[in-house]
Amino acid sequence: MLLRARALALPSVLLAAALGASACSSADATASGARVGVTAGDGTCELTATSVPAGVVTFAVQNTGSQVAEFYVYAADGTTILSEVENVGPGVTRELVVELAAGTAKTTCRPSDGVDGISTDLTVTASGALSATAKPSLAQAVEQYRGFVAEETAALLAGTEAFVAAVKDGDVAQAKALYPQVRTHWERIEPVVESFADLDYSLDAREDGVEPGTQWTGWHRLEKALWIDKSLTGMTPVADQLLADTEDLVGRIPSIELSPSLIGNGATALMEEVATGKVTGEEERYSRTDLWDFQANVDGARAAYDALAPALKDADPGLATTLESRFAALQAKLDALKQDDGFVLYDDLSKAQVRELADAVDALAEPLSNLTASVVNG
Amino acid sequence: MTVELSRRRLLASFGAVAVGASAATVLVERTASASDAVPSDVVPFRGAHQAGITTPAQDRLHFVAFDVITDDRDELEQLLRRWTLAAERMTRGEGAGPVGAVDGLPDAPPDDTGEALGLSPARLTLTFGVGPSLFVDADGRDRFGLASRRPEALADLPGFAGDRLEDAWSGGDLCVQACADDPQVAVHAVRNLVRMGMGVVRVRWAQLGFGRTSSTSDSQATPRNLFGFKDGTSNLRAEETAELDTHLWAQESDGAAWMAGGSYLVARKIRMTIETWDRTSLKAQEEIVGRDKREGAPLSGGTEMTAPVLGELPPTSHVRLAHPQSNNGVRMLRRGFSYVDGADSLGRLDAGLFFLAFQRDPRTAFVAVQRRLAASDALNEYLVHVGSALFAVPPGPGEGDFWGSTLFA
Repeated sequence: MLLRARALALPSVLLAAALGASACSSADATASGARVGVTAGDGTCELTATSVPAGVVTFAVQNTGSQVAEFYVYAADGTTILSEVENVGPGVTRELVVELAAGTAKTTCRPSDGVDGISTDLTVTASGALSATAKPSLAQAVEQYRGFVAEETAALLAGTEAFVAAVKDGDVAQAKALYPQVRTHWERIEPVVESFADLDYSLDAREDGVEPGTQWTGWHRLEKALWIDKSLTGMTPVADQLLADTEDLVGRIPSIELSPSLIGNGATALMEEVATGKVTGEEERYSRTDLWDFQANVDGARAAYDALAPALKDADPGLATTLESRFAALQAKLDALKQDDGFVLYDDLSKAQVRELADAVDALAEPLSNLTASVVNG
Repeated sequence: MTVELSRRRLLASFGAVAVGASAATVLVERTASASDAVPSDVVPFRGAHQAGITTPAQDRLHFVAFDVITDDRDELEQLLRRWTLAAERMTRGEGAGPVGAVDGLPDAPPDDTGEALGLSPARLTLTFGVGPSLFVDADGRDRFGLASRRPEALADLPGFAGDRLEDAWSGGDLCVQACADDPQVAVHAVRNLVRMGMGVVRVRWAQLGFGRTSSTSDSQATPRNLFGFKDGTSNLRAEETAELDTHLWAQESDGAAWMAGGSYLVARKIRMTIETWDRTSLKAQEEIVGRDKREGAPLSGGTEMTAPVLGELPPTSHVRLAHPQSNNGVRMLRRGFSYVDGADSLGRLDAGLFFLAFQRDPRTAFVAVQRRLAASDALNEYLVHVGSALFAVPPGPGEGDFWGSTLFA
């Protein structure tokens, strides 16, 4: 975890400040999709349209109220966050760009203090324009990536069952051995699973991310029990909850509407996870098995890239060549840190090794951030 | 969509529309005051010499040293070509990339980071150099087939008495000196070059500076350093054309023809022990420096610009030891900045001078002067050299050239 609830859509979100918005309007840069004006006031939330064509939609969120506001776009289920803009100060206008599939969506304006917001249902009409999946190579990409997600989801569930059994048996050694292996399957599809903010919280919260008044559950609670407390006493309810939440997650994943831009942005999001959470050793603070997660995030980004590669090679062969050599260079650095069935522990890395990993991550992540635009517009 | 919009043109378009949002309003106000002198805030990027050397010293610095992390010479050369175009655009007040911060595809990260939108070009100069380690690595390996082209003048600096150099502030295969009158413009330039370089170079160290500590032109008043003294009174200046060829610009006859019109840059991070200096009496401070604190006049008499009579200054005073007459007439163009990196773990000001000096040959200039200073300068009690780097700064790019094109030719 946990760039909280930033999920799949995050990298496609343009948090354009008023500055950017003005420049856009003068430069007519957002002519490529629908625009919806949103006026968020104290206790009001008005949209200039409640029906938009599918494709790229730009919401211009103007806060006319007296408090800092947030604006969310949810998928048809009303709970999966597609995109969000936070910290819209009074008097400020910010833009949110999101790609919507035909069907329905929901928007919510909410003051930052967490009280219930005001929701509006949005109808997303099928549009001939910009249906990225119209290209055969992109339709194939979606199918290929869907297969990857299904495989990882199945492995995550099976692994979680085994891990939970070990925890409930009080088998610390077995649970510790399984922990990094099973989490690999979570980390490979992290941008997908994180789109369910409630499950991301209950499954993957770190101790300092726990909100007051709620119970700390999930993987990192058990990680602390295994490596710090060295005792599984009292952990049975946490283990049961872990399995129940994972089953819930597995049930929800098929409802996600995958699109080429979700896949491409997912690759970017995974490398962002690596850059901010793994290469810094912040993810697995007790087990120090950060490099397992690191590898898994890279695997996930690679799978997303592989799915989009045929389309990218048509659209921008130079970018494809760069990405392949950068993936290979990063993998070579990781391979050098393999030990037995896994990796050396994060604490065993020298400063120079961490720096080399960070350089290789930057080298890949920077060009990878252009993947989505290249395949969607190419 | 791919029209290049300069920041100034963007400003015009801001002015043309009714801008309601507060951020944009602030932007317009800020720019209006910064861009009064329209032609004078752009320093030409191309020419016989790189900008940022004899350019009248700007107020702000962001200096960055890079390690090259690719083994592929072509990849490095391609980066230098892209950097050169980006640098030229940014010095004109445009974005780092051809599209800009807000005019690109919604699905793609912008090719400029945007924080300089609406700001004046602020006399931005970007000056590029190559370090000794680009030619051969620590094991003596010829990294890019350039070993035979290493100039003799780019000899590794020797150690000096009292040096306490740290790797974290020393060395580098490449450097970029970004100077501007607006710190955000300088930071924007470095940030975008760093971003473009990922996978080919990595940042080795970087230094922010403020408050130029030298004048490089007769048009500038002499500034004060953090000791409170005027610094750089007898600096080499842009107007001394003949002296520049003697002391500043490398000549074809010096050996490395690709460096003709270039110069050599010595960078030293010099920590000042501010607190103890501040407890020193005014008289002692003036005797240590060799000038009076109010006017900057030499203690031998006269006003700031009066030539000092060295024999009448205290023998270990800084001015006496550093003066060209004490050093075979050798002169450098100093272009340093003060720095404050916050406070150290003892709560003391982590501050000093980021010394930058350009010269035709460091062996006879910086090295000779620093040997003398390191041995006897009374200021040493209040100084510690913690960082050191040396770079060959190639001649300025002509039309169609790129940074270092004479080296890679």
